[in-house]
Amino acid sequence: MSTADWPLFEVFIRSRHGLSHKHVGSVHAVDATNALENARELYTRRNEGTSIWVVPSNTITASAPEQKDALFTSPVDKIYRHPSFYELPAAVDKM
Amino acid sequence: MYAQMVETGVKTVKDRSEMGAEEQAFMARIDEESKIEPQDWMPDAYRKTLVRQISQHAHSEIIGMQPEGNWLTRAPTIKRKLQLAAKIQDECGHGQYLYSAAETLGVGRDELLDQLHTGKAKYSSIFNYPTLNWADMGAVGWLVDGAAIVNQVILQRTSYGPYSRAMVRICKEESFHQRQGYEILLTMMEKGTQAQKDMVQDAINRLWWPSLMMFGPNDDSSPNTAQSLEWKIKRKTNDELRQMFIDQTIPQLEVLGCTAPDPDLKWNEATGHYDFGEINWEEFFNVIKGNGPCNKQRLAKKVNAHEQGAWVREAAMAHATKQQAKAAAKVA
Ligand SMILES: [Fe+2]
Ligand SMILES: [Fe+2]
Repeated sequence: MSTADWPLFEVFIRSRHGLSHKHVGSVHAVDATNALENARELYTRRNEGTSIWVVPSNTITASAPEQKDALFTSPVDKIYRHPSFYELPAAVDKM
Repeated sequence: MYAQMVETGVKTVKDRSEMGAEEQAFMARIDEESKIEPQDWMPDAYRKTLVRQISQHAHSEIIGMQPEGNWLTRAPTIKRKLQLAAKIQDECGHGQYLYSAAETLGVGRDELLDQLHTGKAKYSSIFNYPTLNWADMGAVGWLVDGAAIVNQVILQRTSYGPYSRAMVRICKEESFHQRQGYEILLTMMEKGTQAQKDMVQDAINRLWWPSLMMFGPNDDSSPNTAQSLEWKIKRKTNDELRQMFIDQTIPQLEVLGCTAPDPDLKWNEATGHYDFGEINWEEFFNVIKGNGPCNKQRLAKKVNAHEQGAWVREAAMAHATKQQAKAAAKVA
C-alpha cells in the first residue's frame, strides 16, 4: 500500500518587504518547482508572504547540539563586544 | 482533543534519582520550559509518545475533512460553499503541518500514512459520527473545532519545538472555523423556519456528547496522563480541558437559544464551574475500538483516495525525473 515519500524541502517565507525569509516548515514535492507550488498552497493561504524559498532538506548542514558550548558560549565572556561595556559620561551616553 | 488516548509505554513516572545523567539534563530543560528540538537527545519513550500523539493529531485533521466534505456539494449558497471549502482546505493544511512535525522525529510520512490506512494508528472518535443535516456543518465548526481549539491553545506550550510551532500556526487559523460554524447556527436560529431551528437543536443533540468525548477518558482512567504531563507533552489533564470547554460553551449555547441534551447540566455557584452528567464511556471506547457509526466508511474512503491517487504521484515523480535528466543532458 505504501509508496515511497517524495523528497523533502524546507520552506522559508518573507512575510513582508524589508524582512528576512524565515523558516516555516517543510513540504514533500517531486522537484523544486513543485515544492514552490505546494509551499504556496500550504503556508500562504492568507497573505502570509511576499516571497518563498524552498531548499532540499538534505542539503542543509546543521550544527550539532553537542557543539553548543564550543560554538556559542565564548561570546558570553567577550562582554567588551557589547556597547554597554563602555562607560561614558551621562552627557554623551546616548551614543 | 484530537489525540485521545496516547500510549506512553511507561507504567509509572520515573523518579529523577533513577535517571542517568542524560535524562536528568533532559528533564532539567523540560522543567525550565526550554523547548526540545529535533537534534537534541531525548528519551526513547518521549520520542515514541510524540510520534503517536502528533500523528494521531495529524490523522484526525485529515479524516476530519470527510464529515464536512459530505456537505460541500449541498451547501445552501455559494458563499457558504466557499467558506466550507476554505475551512476544509485549512484542515488538510493542519494535517500537513503535523505530519511535517512528526517527520522531524525520524519517521517517514509514508510510514505514518500506512499506520492510518492499516488501522494501526488512531484518529479522534468524533469523526466517526455522521453529519446528517446542514446544521451539522454549523455544529461541527462551533463544537468540534471549539473543543479542538481548547486543546490546541494549551498545546502551543508543549515541550517539543516543532509540535509547538505547528500548534501556533494552527491556532491562528482555527478561530475562523469556529466563528463560521457558529454563524451558520445563529443564522438558522434567527432567520430560519421552525423546521430549520429544529435542525439546529437536533444537530446539537447528536454532537454534544461526542464533542465532550474528544477530550478523552476521565483522568482516573487515563494512565498515560501523568507521564505526558511530566514531559510537558500535555499541559492539562483531559478533565481540566473538558471543563474549560463546557464553561466557555454554555453561554454561547444560551445566545443561540438552544439547550444541551444533559439534564444534569447546571451552574455550580460554589465551584464556579458548570456541573454536567456522566459521559457514556461504553460508547466512547466502542467508537475508539472501531465500532462507531462511520469508522469503516471513513477509513475505506481514505484508503481509496490514497490508492486511486497513486498514479498521479507516480506520474509527477516520473515527470520530475525526466526533467532532471533533460537538464543534466543539456549541461553535459
Ligand atoms: Fe484543524
Ligand atoms: Fe478547524
